[in-house]
Amino acid sequence: MGRRAKNKQGVPPTLEEQTQGPAPVRKDKKNKKDFKVTKPDRKTKKVKEIPQLPVEEAEEELPEEEDDDVVREKMTLFDDSDDEEMDNDEFDIEDGSDDEVYDSDDETHHKPMFSDDEGDEDELNAANMEAMSRRLDDEEESDEEMAEEELMELMKQHQNPRAQILPTAEAAAAEAQLPPDLHVVRTRILEIVKVLEDFKGLAEEGKSRNDYTTQLLKDICSYYGYNEYLAEKLFNLFTPSEAIEFFEANEVPRPVTIRANTLKTRRRDLAQSLVNRGVNLQPIGKWTKVGLQIFDSAVPIGATPEYLCGHYILQAASSFLPVMAMDPQEGERVLDMAASPGGKTTYISALMKNTGMVFANDVSKPRIKSLIANIHRLGCKNTVVCNYDAREFPKVIGGFDRILLDAPCSGTGVISKDQAVKTNRSEKDFIQLPHLQKQLLLSAIDSVDANSATGGVIVYSTCSVMVEENEAVVDYALRKRPNVRLVETGLEIGKEGFTSFRGKTFSPKLKLTRRYYPHTYNVDGFYVAKFQKIAPSPQDKTKAGAREKEEAARAEEEEERLINDDFAAFDNEEDSAIIDSARRSQLRRKGIKPLPGKPKDKKVATKDE
Amino acid sequence: MRPLTEEETKTVFEKLANYVGRNISHFINNEDPHVFRLQKDRVYYVEEKIAKYATCVSRAQLFSVGTCLGKFTKTGKFRLHITALPLLAAHARHKIWIKPNGEMPFLYGNHVLKAHIGKMSDDIPEHAGVIVYSMSDSPLGFGVSAKSSLEVRRLDPTGMVAFRQGDVGEYLREEDTLFA
Repeated sequence: MGRRAKNKQGVPPTLEEQTQGPAPVRKDKKNKKDFKVTKPDRKTKKVKEIPQLPVEEAEEELPEEEDDDVVREKMTLFDDSDDEEMDNDEFDIEDGSDDEVYDSDDETHHKPMFSDDEGDEDELNAANMEAMSRRLDDEEESDEEMAEEELMELMKQHQNPRAQILPTAEAAAAEAQLPPDLHVVRTRILEIVKVLEDFKGLAEEGKSRNDYTTQLLKDICSYYGYNEYLAEKLFNLFTPSEAIEFFEANEVPRPVTIRANTLKTRRRDLAQSLVNRGVNLQPIGKWTKVGLQIFDSAVPIGATPEYLCGHYILQAASSFLPVMAMDPQEGERVLDMAASPGGKTTYISALMKNTGMVFANDVSKPRIKSLIANIHRLGCKNTVVCNYDAREFPKVIGGFDRILLDAPCSGTGVISKDQAVKTNRSEKDFIQLPHLQKQLLLSAIDSVDANSATGGVIVYSTCSVMVEENEAVVDYALRKRPNVRLVETGLEIGKEGFTSFRGKTFSPKLKLTRRYYPHTYNVDGFYVAKFQKIAPSPQDKTKAGAREKEEAARAEEEEERLINDDFAAFDNEEDSAIIDSARRSQLRRKGIKPLPGKPKDKKVATKDE
Repeated sequence: MRPLTEEETKTVFEKLANYVGRNISHFINNEDPHVFRLQKDRVYYVEEKIAKYATCVSRAQLFSVGTCLGKFTKTGKFRLHITALPLLAAHARHKIWIKPNGEMPFLYGNHVLKAHIGKMSDDIPEHAGVIVYSMSDSPLGFGVSAKSSLEVRRLDPTGMVAFRQGDVGEYLREEDTLFA
């Protein structure tokens, strides 16, 4: 084996692992299909391993079989080694004709496979092979089931259902004095989560769910280092156990991914030349034809000659998604409203094969430098780079076929990249940012040509997981611009957007939007919504600049708050009249005749919220 | 953003002709018409249709259109930037290919040594513009030849073959000054 074999990532599982390994579903299926598979599998695999990329090509061509739903169940954007192995297995099944060759060549290898099968192998012959294998499977399955049941019983016995988990008042006070013992805190977090999952069965008597949640949030703050406000916000998005997974996922960096620039090279060629430089990589997954995941590298990935020649760009897997949802076509006129540092812009340009034109806008001058650098490095010739407040559109230029709005956001989806988010986000951000996002989205909608033959599409995305910045903004746009509707994003994976959240209900169409979480897909937290503009609106020809729009939005917000916020505003005058009349009738009941006028003034003075 | 004046056009074309020779006609006569545009002392080469749309963007806010070729210095000379490389490489006249062991030294801004040469065009005269490629044919930069092809054969391995003028390493090294 040469250098390539060395660079092949991960050691394939040993024979034992493969035969005994957990994953009963998979094993089951395979064995039913062909008994011999497991063993010759190893053999053929070894042979096939040497040309790494051809295998991958072959994979892509293979017809999808029943493994497909297993993959989907797994629901991750990254093919991990398991998946690959699965595919290889499948591949091997296909050309099972050369099995005999391997079977006959040495018997010694055959034995270990049955080593845990209590000497059954003596009776084994070709005739009863299948039946036997099925029997073995059944046996194993029932064994496993029994073991599981036993375990459950044991757990139930051992678990004290009314365990005292929350610290007493004194203990809490003592704890507050000392620096937090992370180990204790972590155990408590897990225990509280367990209680919250089954509150009826496990909660301590006399403690409310609220007590547990409060303590849990406090522990999360001290263990993971969030500020209280943000911790609560994020916690409310998920079930308790999922929330912990989310917080955990934020502590782990996401995989490094690159996108091959199809304007200059092909992914296969790029992978080959990077492998020759000692980079360990693998295609990201079936859903993209241009992404590569980097495991480790002998050279800095951002300074190889290939990088400098513009053959690839470092880009998070999540930021492929909005561009794929947008699906730009050749010859169109496209706008990227917040383009820096140009990963998405150059991807758009590559998908359009340098035809049509791409307007790349960004509000920040320093960030525009990296945008221009990337555009030139990757050889995009159809771009115009400008530096506007994106709310100026469509005053600057409108009538685009497609618009991508990757809105500025709180970054709650990319906490693993920027830990500062944990502490520096406050309530104010979650009022200001959505306000800006709403204006940007309306500007985007107004800048699209509804009569475009091919497009009329707006894609809204953020790297935030907050409902305020995602569903609420989209819902607002749907209400404000009845001439757009949500359409399928065309992305296979992702969770559906919320249609209601903590008492707020959104349009049922929000199901069509997609959410991505770090703990479920191992990508940055992300949100994608795709609109289709179906008719022009009077606002399309607006001559308002950013400032006028801001003012209009503020005025409207003032007006609208009454209806859309959860609380109605207090109306002092109306209230005081009611209070006054109530006071009078009370006095009258006591037999005192109330004086007209005088007490009313007093009430108004004291009753200010 | 405006078209180049007569004099500016002459300066730019003279510079380009160093590298592409007679092929310079391809810059102007191609199926979709392209134009040269000046914006804040930088010269851009762009499809005419895009240039027309770009007029919507005000001068202060326009940062780049199409491909940037280079910039005019305060003294009126024209400097090619590395961003022009794809264009130059497409129409290049004199070429030098360097071996993998010479790639990194070149990308760090060094001149091209005889030892690093994989192959080169036969007819390069002295002081002519050359485009530098890697052995896998991706353009790495441009420069001027120090010796003619004939003389290079007699050169010792540490001798200079071409002086570097631009290389793709500048995308990292000069990021702050190169763009806008």
